[in-house]
Amino acid sequence: MLDYITSYLSSNTTPGQAGNVFWALVYIMIVFGGISVAVMAMNWLERKALAHFQIRLGPMRVGPHGLLQPIADAIKLMTKEDIVPAEADKFVFWIAPLIILCASFAVYIVVPFGPTHAITDLNIGILFMLGVSSLSVLGVVMAGWASNSHYPLIGALRSSAQMVSYEVAMGLAVVSAIVMTSLHGLGPYGVGVGTSGTGTLSMIGIVQAQQEQHVWFLFKFFPLGFIAFGIFAIAMVAETNRAPFDLPEAESELTAGFHTEYSGLRWSLFMLGEYAAMIAVSSIAVTLWLGGWYRPFPNTLTGDTWDLVFSLFPGLTFLALAAIAFVGVRRMPKHPYFRVQTIGLAGFGAVLGLIGLILFVPPVRDRIQDIYWFIAKVAGFMYLYIWYRATFPRYRFDQLMKVGWKVLLPIGIGVLILTAILGVVL
Amino acid sequence: MTDRTMFDLKPTDPKPADDKYLSHLELGEPDKTFLDTNELVINMGPQHPATHGVLRVILKLDGEKVLGTECVIGYLHRGVEKIAENRTYTMFNPYVDRMDYVAAVSNGLGYCEAVEKLLNIEAPPRAKYIRVILTELNRLASHQLWLGTHALDIGAMTPLFYTFRDREEILKIFEKYCGARLTTHAFRIGGCQYETYEGFERDVIKFLDFVPPKIDEYEELLTTNRIWLERTKNVGVISRADAIALGVTGPVLRASGVKWDLRKAQPYAAYSDFDFEIPIGANGDTYDRYTVRMEEMRQSLRIIRQAVEKIPEGPIMAKVPKVMKPPVGEIYHSIEAPKGELGYFIVSDGSTQPYRVRIRPPSFVNLQALDIMVRGALVADVIAVIGTLDIVLGEVDR
Amino acid sequence: MIAKLKGQYGSGICGANTYLGQNYMVVDPSIVSDLLQILRNREQFDYCVDITAVHYPEREKQFDVLWILYSFSKNERIRVKIMIADGESVPSAVSVWATANWLEREVYDMFGIRFDGHPDLKRILLPDGWKGYPLRKDYGIIQQDQEWVKANLGIESGQ
Repeated sequence: MLDYITSYLSSNTTPGQAGNVFWALVYIMIVFGGISVAVMAMNWLERKALAHFQIRLGPMRVGPHGLLQPIADAIKLMTKEDIVPAEADKFVFWIAPLIILCASFAVYIVVPFGPTHAITDLNIGILFMLGVSSLSVLGVVMAGWASNSHYPLIGALRSSAQMVSYEVAMGLAVVSAIVMTSLHGLGPYGVGVGTSGTGTLSMIGIVQAQQEQHVWFLFKFFPLGFIAFGIFAIAMVAETNRAPFDLPEAESELTAGFHTEYSGLRWSLFMLGEYAAMIAVSSIAVTLWLGGWYRPFPNTLTGDTWDLVFSLFPGLTFLALAAIAFVGVRRMPKHPYFRVQTIGLAGFGAVLGLIGLILFVPPVRDRIQDIYWFIAKVAGFMYLYIWYRATFPRYRFDQLMKVGWKVLLPIGIGVLILTAILGVVL
Repeated sequence: MTDRTMFDLKPTDPKPADDKYLSHLELGEPDKTFLDTNELVINMGPQHPATHGVLRVILKLDGEKVLGTECVIGYLHRGVEKIAENRTYTMFNPYVDRMDYVAAVSNGLGYCEAVEKLLNIEAPPRAKYIRVILTELNRLASHQLWLGTHALDIGAMTPLFYTFRDREEILKIFEKYCGARLTTHAFRIGGCQYETYEGFERDVIKFLDFVPPKIDEYEELLTTNRIWLERTKNVGVISRADAIALGVTGPVLRASGVKWDLRKAQPYAAYSDFDFEIPIGANGDTYDRYTVRMEEMRQSLRIIRQAVEKIPEGPIMAKVPKVMKPPVGEIYHSIEAPKGELGYFIVSDGSTQPYRVRIRPPSFVNLQALDIMVRGALVADVIAVIGTLDIVLGEVDR
Repeated sequence: MIAKLKGQYGSGICGANTYLGQNYMVVDPSIVSDLLQILRNREQFDYCVDITAVHYPEREKQFDVLWILYSFSKNERIRVKIMIADGESVPSAVSVWATANWLEREVYDMFGIRFDGHPDLKRILLPDGWKGYPLRKDYGIIQQDQEWVKANLGIESGQ
C-alpha cells in the first residue's frame, strides 16, 4: 500500500499515465480546489477591475478591499430561496447546471501545469478538451427548455447557436497549431530536416513540441501563428458568452438569457461553470500558442544565471502583492471602525509575503516554476477578459454570427492551408 | 379596461380580447392565431432597464425583424398643463423644471422668456448672458447623460461612468449658483434672481479647460470602435423628408441633413452675440446623431467661452411688477432645448394665472418617429433607437 | 400671403392679425382642411410645430383649435385658429403632416375634440378607459375618474 503511494513519486509521468489511482485522486482534489479558488478570485478581480475601469472602487466593505466579497456572495446564493417554476420540467431543470458544471470541470483532467503536473496526459488531449467543453451547449439548451418560458428559451437557443458557430472557428485555429507540432525545425520559420509529419494531440506533447522548436507557436511562421491565435482568442470569448459577445445574457436586451429562471445556488453553478470554462479555454490558448509552462525565453536566455533570475519571479510576485497589501494598509482610514479591516488586510499581506518567502527556498523554487508560469499566463488572459467586458459595446446577434461564420471561418481556413503549405514547402 | 401587460398576451391566445386595442398594428384577420402567422407580439414593459423611464413599447415581430411598434405612454402624466391654470405665473416656474428633468435649466429658460414676451419686457443683458451660460452648461450635461445611457444600452459599460463623473462638475456649478443640482429653477421671469457667485467665472473657465480632453476620451472609446460602428451605422435611419413630416427637431433633425437650429434661425437670449456652428449629419442614422451631439457638445463649450469672456456688468433683473397680470393675448415661444424644439404656448386672460399653458415637448414628437425608424430593424436595434432619440419621459408625458 | 388667401376664400378667413410680433389667422372651420393643404404645399409650411386647443366655456363656440406651423425656407411661424362648438369635429391633418398623429390624439385626450380621418384616435396620455376630458375648464383640478381608479387600482381614490 505504502509503496503504491511512494512508487509514483519516483516516476516521471503524470498519475494517469502511471496508472496510480491514489495520486490521480490527490491531483484531482488539488486541481478542483485550485479551480474553485481561482473562480472565486476571478469573481473578486472582475468586480474590482471593472470598477476601476469605471472610475469607481468596487466592493470595499465586505473584507478589506472586498476580499471576502466572493465568500459573502457564495453564502448569499446558497441561502437564497430555491425557486423552481411551477411548470418547469423538474429533472431537466435540476440537471442542466450540473451538466454545464461537469463539462467545464472535466476538461481539467488534461490541462498541463507542468511536464508531469497534470492529472493525466491523454494522447488525444486537445481533442478531448474541445469535445468535452462542447457538452456545455447541451446544458445551455436544457436550461432554456426546462424553464418553460418564452424568453429563456429564445436566449438559450441564441446562446447555443453562438457557441456552436464559434467552435468551428476554434477548431480550425487549433488544427493550425497542431500542424505546427509536426515540425522539427528551430525558430519561427524552421521546419526541420526529415520532418516526420506526425504531430501530437496530447497537451504535454504540444508544449514540448514548442520547446523543441525553440519558439512559441504564437511566433511560428509569423504572422500565421499570430493570426491563428487571434482567431482562437476571439472565438474563445464568444464561446464562453462573454462581452462583447454576451447578447444572449445582457440585461438591457429583451431576451434575458437562459439562466433567468434560476436562482440561488443553481445560478451560482452556472456562473461557476462559466468562469471554469473561461479558465479552461484560456489554458488551451496558453498551451497551444504561448508555450505552456515554460518560462519566457528558455532557449535564448539560457544558463544558470538566467534560470536563477527567472526562478525568482514567483517569489517576487508574491512579495509584490504583499507590498501592495501593505500599501493598502497604510492608506486605510484611521477610524476605529476600520480596525478589523486593517488588521485583516495586514494579515493577508503577511500571508502573501510568507508565501513569497517560501517560494524563494530552492527546492520549492525549482518545483514551482512550471506551475507558476502557466498560471501567470492564464491570469493574463483572465485580465483580458475583464478588459474586454469593460471596453467594448455588445455585438448584435446577427453581427455576431456574421463574425463567426463569414469572418473567422474563412480566415481560419486560410491560415490552416497556409500553415500546411509552409510546413511542406519550407 | 385595464392596461394589459406582457403576462396577458400569452402566445397561445388566439386573438387579443379587444381588437381595438391593437388595431394600430393591423394584426390581420381575427381568425388567425399568433402561431399561424409566425408573428409575435411582445411587450417591452414600463419597467425596463433600457427605456429611459416608464415607456411601454409593444413590438410586433416576425422572428427577429420588427414589423411595427406601438408606444404606450402616459405613465408619468402629472397634468402639468392643468396645474398651470391654477398657479400664478411665478408659482408655475418650478413646475417647468420637472418636465425634462435632465435639462431643467432649458425648460425654465423657455418659460421665462415666453412670459417675458407676454409681459413685453426684456431681461437685461447681464441676465441674458448668465442664462446662456447656464443653458449651454445644461446642454452639455444633458448630452453627457444621453451618451452614457445610450452607450450602456448598446453594451459599453464604461462611458456611463466617465460621463457622469464629468457631469458632476457641471452640477457642482449649478449647486453653487442656485442651490439645486437637477431641478434648478434657475431663472425668474424678468431675469435671474441670483447674482453669479464669487468665482463663478473662474469655475466655468476651469471647467472649460477640464472637459475637452474628456470629450476626446469618450470619442476615443466609441467613435472608431468597430463594434460601435456596426451597432449604429444604418440603424434607425430617418430620411430628411420623413423627419420634416414627422416634426422631429433637435439633433435628430440635424442628423438627417436639415441645418436648422432655433438658436440661429430665431435667436433668443443673446445667442445672436455668439459665434458657433451647427453640426449636421448626412444619413440620419444613429451614428450621425451620435456625431452631431458630440459636436454640439464642443460647440456649447465654444459658446460658453465666448459668453464668459464678454459677460457685461449690470442689473440681472428687469422691472417686473410684483403682481403679474399680462394683457389678454396669446403667445408661442420656443427654444432649442437639448432634445429639440421646446415650445410654450401661453394664453393669458388678463388675470394673474395663465388661462392655458401648452408645452410642446420635443421628446413627445420625436418619440412618434420611433415606429418609422425601426421598421425592418432587429429587436436589439429598437433599444438603440430609443436611446438615440434621447427621450425623457417626464417631458413626453408632462 | 393673407391677401392671396383672402382672395381665394373671401369670408372664410375671418381675420389675420399680429400680436407681439407673431402672426396668426382665424379661419372658418369649413375651409380649414383645404387651407392646411395649401399652406403646406404652396406656402411651404412644411413643419407642423404643434396642434393644440383652448377651452372657453362662456363662449358659444367653446373651443379654439390651433395649428402652429413653421416654414423652414421662409423662417416664418404662423398660427391658424378655428373656433368650434362642443361636439363638433375637426378634419384631421394627418394626411398633411405625419406629426399630427400624436398631437391630435393628445388634443382628443385632453379636450374631447374628435378629428375626422385620424387613423387611430384613442387616448394617449390617460389610460384607455378614462372618462372625462381633463383640460376642459369644467374638470376639477383634483378630479379623477373614480370608477376607473376603483376598478383598476383597487383603491378608493387617488387622493
